[in-house]
Amino acid sequence: MNMIQAINSAMDVMMERDPTVVVMGEDVGFFGGVFRATAGLQAKYGKNRVFDTPITECGIIGVAVGMGAYGLRPVPEIQFADYIYPALDQLVSEAARLRYRSAGEFIAPMTVRSPFGGGIFGGQTHSQSPEGIFTHCSGIKTVIPSTPYDAKGLLIAAIEDNDPTLFFEPKRIYNGPFDGHYDTPATSWAGHADAQVPTGYYRIPLGKARIARAGDALTVLCYGTMVHVVENVVATLGIDAEIVDLRSLVPLDIDTIEASVKKTGRCLIVHEATRTSGFGAELLAQVQERCFYHLEAPIERVTGFDTPYPHSLEWAYFPGPVRIREAINKIMKD
Amino acid sequence: MSDPTGSGGIEGQPGRNLPPLRLHVPEPPARPGESADFTHFDIPAADAAPRPDEAAQPDAMRDMAYGLIRVLDEDGAAVGAWNPKLPPETLLRMLRTMALTRAFDARMFRAQRQGKTSFYMKSTGEEAVSIGAALALSRDDMCFPSYRQQGILLARDWPLVDMMNQIYSNKGDRLKGRQLPIMYSARDAGFFSISGNLTTQYPQAVGWAMASAARGDTRIAATWCGEGSTAEGDFHSACTFASVYRAPVIMNVVNNQWAISSFSGFAGAESTTFAARAVGYGIAGLRVDGNDILAVYAATRWAADRARSNAGPTLIEHFTYRVEGHSTSDDPTAYRSAEESSLWPLGDPIARLKAHCIGLGIWDEDRHAAMDKELAELVRDAAREAEKNGILGHGLHHPMESMFEDVFEEMPRHLKEQQQQMLDEWKAAGL
Repeated sequence: MNMIQAINSAMDVMMERDPTVVVMGEDVGFFGGVFRATAGLQAKYGKNRVFDTPITECGIIGVAVGMGAYGLRPVPEIQFADYIYPALDQLVSEAARLRYRSAGEFIAPMTVRSPFGGGIFGGQTHSQSPEGIFTHCSGIKTVIPSTPYDAKGLLIAAIEDNDPTLFFEPKRIYNGPFDGHYDTPATSWAGHADAQVPTGYYRIPLGKARIARAGDALTVLCYGTMVHVVENVVATLGIDAEIVDLRSLVPLDIDTIEASVKKTGRCLIVHEATRTSGFGAELLAQVQERCFYHLEAPIERVTGFDTPYPHSLEWAYFPGPVRIREAINKIMKD
Repeated sequence: MSDPTGSGGIEGQPGRNLPPLRLHVPEPPARPGESADFTHFDIPAADAAPRPDEAAQPDAMRDMAYGLIRVLDEDGAAVGAWNPKLPPETLLRMLRTMALTRAFDARMFRAQRQGKTSFYMKSTGEEAVSIGAALALSRDDMCFPSYRQQGILLARDWPLVDMMNQIYSNKGDRLKGRQLPIMYSARDAGFFSISGNLTTQYPQAVGWAMASAARGDTRIAATWCGEGSTAEGDFHSACTFASVYRAPVIMNVVNNQWAISSFSGFAGAESTTFAARAVGYGIAGLRVDGNDILAVYAATRWAADRARSNAGPTLIEHFTYRVEGHSTSDDPTAYRSAEESSLWPLGDPIARLKAHCIGLGIWDEDRHAAMDKELAELVRDAAREAEKNGILGHGLHHPMESMFEDVFEEMPRHLKEQQQQMLDEWKAAGL
């Protein structure tokens, strides 16, 4: 399966297993979603469980909070992560804090799916990576898959989870892995080992990182699309790097990170989101706190720049092979 | 000097031959030291409002959004099509619950002034809005209130001591001292956890109602917000959702004229009514005398019947007055005429129902005075009971490590670490 099919399969499996799971969002019903992620679900489960919504992200998430309080398990889609901001209040002030403020009397189980990230010439309104805004807020989980197999297992775990979870989907790799070379033909997931997705139920626990590549020379912390870009650069350089695919930012698998950096003594952090106060800053701080005496070189970050996401200059902005290679060379030369 | 407008419209410079534009900034009718004047209020006769069929189409009853549903007339008689014709025991229960709410407010306001807690909000003058509605709903209907609907809990016989424990944030507080005083949560009373973020509960109530409908349940939802926060986007998102899915929900706007120091004009009251917001969404809109508990009851009952018969949502504007400050942190004498509350043309909800009951011969002044005394003692005793569990800032709170509980269902690694670090630091400091 490609990542879209895997995500669709996860919702299908969960709707089959749990009658309280409902899917809602703009264009998700009859049409099956602008990326086709919800294709076929309304026909199979009916309009009471899969329905289109008005174009109000604040309303979509507010309604999902109420549905969760009632006892349903909503899976709302925000069509693009760039449009999640109107829902910020309902997410961080309401969904994320309902369990805490009511001491467990009311909960807001929900999994908010949203395509995020760039590399598709989407301009400043279809390219952003807002995950760091949410990791800064208490009470909400943030999950980001990098393969079809992970997307399905993580999404099932997120839907089953009783805490509100943001499930950011790296849309650049919906249809195939992306090595960072935008000027070469797109690849497909067909034949890829991580695209062997079982049709039935399985789950990948939230908060467990994946070692995408084992190595001894350098630790690279990344997630989503960047896992594939980093894999390609590492293969090109022929360097024995350990690539840690975080999978979930909150909760964070700090044990795997710590063990890897203590083993390699070097650490590179890569994400597409802007640099200042990005999640990479948190990763850098935690690695410094835990691994300072094991470090052989300063920790480096390759990130999006602190500018709005540009359109024509997308590939200068994108943390692509050139920028990652330069950072690795810098870390390795000491 | 540059002309950014390109129109030559800068003062002191020759411009086009057009009148200058002017910005309108609303100003309330009276400020401190000035006389209040409510003569511009159009108060229709108590029996003037027609009562449409509960299943009528919204476009057939638009006038309801501009009128005023009333039942109690100036002489205290119940009149007109909206008279719910309630039995004496219900009338006296209404009276007692409103008086209890006022006594509770008085006691807790004083507790805040005595330093026993940080904050309180009275509902003086607005008791009919929440109590009339609560008594018209089924007890298992779900309420998504704002912060001035404590009357719902009292109408549903919620224990006073439990509410006071929350206000004192003490060791008996079921919410573990996490919420600002009065931000109750009472699942067993069908009372949703109160947020401080304005009108976030509106789409949540609609979502709850949609879920109830999708599951073929029979319960409906009701929600409340102030007129000021109808300006929030959540209000409009909720109205759109409620309209689109014909959600079984009652959306109450408590128009108490003031949002802290901003009069209702800053939410649009100079241009239209709040009930009229319903018109644009194609949902039923009712405008009700919020100081007339029989009118509130009747309108809520109408809206509940409508919702239960799948005829859709109702928006109800309760026209009332916030007699006291916004909260214990507010001083209304600084921004509004002191005369306003005494001159409020729709009177006081308790006094009006009391007069009605006396007129019916089921009540009298002596019994009322005795009831007030009894209720004052009741809340006094409850407060003493609650104070045994501690008052704010006096040590009898939940244990420190509880701060980290309930952020997530299971405490993740990073919170366990932070919890341990906090405990270690306090231990090292010998505390």
